[in-house]
Amino acid sequence: MLAAIGVSSVQEIFERQIPEGVRLGRELDLPQGLSEQEVFAHLSQLAARNVSAEDELSFLGAGMYDHYVPALIDMLMERSEFLTPYTPYQPEISQGGLQVMFEYQTAISELTGLPVSNASTYEGPSAVAAAAYLAKLHNSKRRLVISAGLHPHTIETLRTLAHGYGMEVVQVPLTTGSAGAASGSTGGVTDPDAWAGAIDDDTSAAIFAQPNFYGAVEDAAALSAAAKDAGEPVVIAQVDPITLGILQPPGACGVDVAVGEGQPLGNRLDFGGPSFGFFAAREEYLRRMPGRIAGETVDVDGRRGFVLTLQTREQHIRREKATSNICTAQALNALAGVVYLAWLGRRGIVELGELLLARTHYARDKLAALAGVDKLHEQPVVREFALRLDADVAAVRGRCLAQGVNPGVDVHALSGRDEDRGVLLVAITERRSRADIDRLAEVLGAAVASERQAVPA
Amino acid sequence: MSAIDENHLHADPGIDGHHPHHPATAAAAGPMQRERARTIFQKGSPGRRAFVCPPLDVPMPDAEELLPERFRRDEPPRLPEVSEPEIVRHYVGISKRNFDLDSGFYPLGSCTMKHNPRLHERAAALPGHARLHPLQDPERAQGALELMFNLQGALAEISGLPHVSLQPSAGSHGELAGVLLTRAYHEDRGETRRKVLTPDTAHGTNPATVTMAGLEVVKLATNPDGGIDLDDLRAKADSDVACLMLTNPNTLGLFDPNIEEIAAIVHGVGATLYYDGANLNAVMGLSRPGDMGFDIVHFNLHKSFTQPHGGGGPGSGPIAVSERIAPFLPRPVVARDDDGSFALDFDREPGSRSIGRLRGFHGNYGCFVRSYAYICSLGADGLKDASEAAVLNANYLLARLREKGVAEHLPLAYGELCMHEFVLSGGPMKRALKIKTLDLAKRLLDFGFHPPTVYFPLLVDEALMIEPTETETIQTLDAFADAIAQILAEAAADPEIALGAPYSTPVRRLDEVAAAKRPVIRQALD
Repeated sequence: MLAAIGVSSVQEIFERQIPEGVRLGRELDLPQGLSEQEVFAHLSQLAARNVSAEDELSFLGAGMYDHYVPALIDMLMERSEFLTPYTPYQPEISQGGLQVMFEYQTAISELTGLPVSNASTYEGPSAVAAAAYLAKLHNSKRRLVISAGLHPHTIETLRTLAHGYGMEVVQVPLTTGSAGAASGSTGGVTDPDAWAGAIDDDTSAAIFAQPNFYGAVEDAAALSAAAKDAGEPVVIAQVDPITLGILQPPGACGVDVAVGEGQPLGNRLDFGGPSFGFFAAREEYLRRMPGRIAGETVDVDGRRGFVLTLQTREQHIRREKATSNICTAQALNALAGVVYLAWLGRRGIVELGELLLARTHYARDKLAALAGVDKLHEQPVVREFALRLDADVAAVRGRCLAQGVNPGVDVHALSGRDEDRGVLLVAITERRSRADIDRLAEVLGAAVASERQAVPA
Repeated sequence: MSAIDENHLHADPGIDGHHPHHPATAAAAGPMQRERARTIFQKGSPGRRAFVCPPLDVPMPDAEELLPERFRRDEPPRLPEVSEPEIVRHYVGISKRNFDLDSGFYPLGSCTMKHNPRLHERAAALPGHARLHPLQDPERAQGALELMFNLQGALAEISGLPHVSLQPSAGSHGELAGVLLTRAYHEDRGETRRKVLTPDTAHGTNPATVTMAGLEVVKLATNPDGGIDLDDLRAKADSDVACLMLTNPNTLGLFDPNIEEIAAIVHGVGATLYYDGANLNAVMGLSRPGDMGFDIVHFNLHKSFTQPHGGGGPGSGPIAVSERIAPFLPRPVVARDDDGSFALDFDREPGSRSIGRLRGFHGNYGCFVRSYAYICSLGADGLKDASEAAVLNANYLLARLREKGVAEHLPLAYGELCMHEFVLSGGPMKRALKIKTLDLAKRLLDFGFHPPTVYFPLLVDEALMIEPTETETIQTLDAFADAIAQILAEAAADPEIALGAPYSTPVRRLDEVAAAKRPVIRQALD
């Protein structure tokens, strides 16, 4: 090989190109390489030091959920033909991947009730930020009005990127009600008056979550209508896709752009990623969408085929005038998403939604009946709900963890907001049975009682 | 003859399978071509299903009490109604309409399509990794945090930049982080700098990112040797420049010999230097961006560090930065406490100047597992070997193409040697043989090869950007060179063959103009 190149050594190739001053000239300060079995043993040891949803009874949620992933998804994601190609730049030999994108787009449009979908974005919160950028491109306005019911990570991501976009973020609070009162607080949803009041002619987008971070089902139709009465914002909803078998789809609620975290659809937890973000919109936003879009066409022989289309939106063609910088997204995770939706099917997504609804309702009532535990709000919930504990949440969680039960997310630890002190967020999936919920009630009840005793009010 | 010599079933067939259909005999469509594409939505039958719902084990209260009617969906979404065997057969079937790295050579320039070891999939699938919730308490996720901490350390050492955030989801997301970090750095110093310099050879993500971060792109010219035009740089480098974004080696596959001077000019006007890590595979263990003077670098774990590309993701785009940029890094990062335990550090310093989050949770951890496994497998010695072999392979392929007389039609656009990839110009081929780079690429499909990146970088006429990577054998490189030579010879005799290619693929050339003119982007449903 060296003779063909006309050099005497591999080093010569580098020496002739890299100036001496920037050559490393020493070995990297890293361990030497290992055999396959040694690497696997090391990675197994690390895995063993994590407490996964396999190892405890977990009610953690807040954006990612321990749903069952069917075996056929593992099989399909591991197929070389899906796992190892690059982005489908050569459509003649990429029909499999392109057709998956086309099917995925169809499924997301059906789920959201919105006619156009891209082929995936990174994940939930950054998808919301991408939607805000679409709004800026669409109307060149400066304000983003957001509900405090968005996930704290979404809010922080929006603030990070809005600074880059040159946009201002205005946050609208949730209704408070009389949390903890036996009389039944309402509360827990976007304050409709503050929402309408915050939206003006300079508002580029109005953004809320459905269900919101505290599990409450928002009146999406009312929020959309109020936003459009108050100005001309692009109405953006961050939606949990697993709820869309039973909840009104955003497209039927006047929402313009629906985005969200796709992990509940056939993707594993993976300590937070990779998963996928979905992005669907009304027709008028098609040419400002970020990311890849697969489209149908024919070949020279008239055969049906698929290509990446509307590429004049994209960075590799439009460069600084592109609608987004996104390139590599989450194609393999989106494959898992569409296979999951096909596996659930038209009836299954409703059945699963009803099961989650019933179990969530059961769990909330059961836990709120415990001494020192109250519902944070009385709004309908579908898969997750917030409780207010009359005890230190961290200490209560510690007691539960010692019993092998992870009771949910300490919201204050996640959000850092004072008003979230004492709030526990509990998620239900189809993997958590009635017996599991009863066990949680037993352990949580005992833990709260012990803490209240230990620290008299 | 021993029994084993007769065992053709298990004998190494050698490099084979490059017997393209001759167009004269290609009229009969293959099995993949005879069957019209049907989506999963066009299969199945009402009532058919795969999912069996777990039993309803709790009381079912009144529907209105559970969820008021006005919030309820009127009609179920029209998802497919298919059985599990149908789903499996459908997706396995369409998978076979994909070309993939495990099936053949994939010399896609700037994409680093190196082998994806299956060990990584096995490790990432361990429940301790795969079923770990991102909000698990840090003391109950010590293995994951240690893995991330070790990966941060390895990437810092490889890049020569001490502080790492693993959060960005892909290269372009890392770029966005980098430009926002640059902005934060200047704003913290009370400066408002508006301009970002990008060479005309830059990846499209660079200028697109600059716009999203609210800054302006200023283009830099390329000199006759393929590097940055220093005069142009000096003329444009002023106190309004926030950053220079550079890929080194650049998208021509050339290491800029003036990198030290470029860094001096950029730093001289108070700007930062950003390293697009797409081409890091050329220099691992040999030269480090930090030592070249870069302040910020992004890695593409799905390129240099073998995260499988998945047909368009997932990727992962960690960033490493110098001391002066570190206070602004996205949060959280993984830190090791004095007692040796690992923690998520949200406040790097009192009154944190972090730019904040770029996404939910901690980044694409599943990708970290794979890339960390890769770094453990190769180690310090192996990473250097990988880059050396990548550069050797690229130069060998370049030389083989020259030997074959290909250079007459497809000359090297710049330079003599290359790093891990090189760019040929199809201009002379187009003029002499009447076939374009696109036609050559499409004809390569009939030979069983994925074509190189085409029509990029933009400043090369009819560009072909070829990156073989270190995991290809000399036999594969030779076979590819032979195929290019054969296609050119074929075109000299009859350009129509390439102009009509491909012939053997599941579909032939597709009408992309029609697709964009009247976009059909979902299946019509009843």
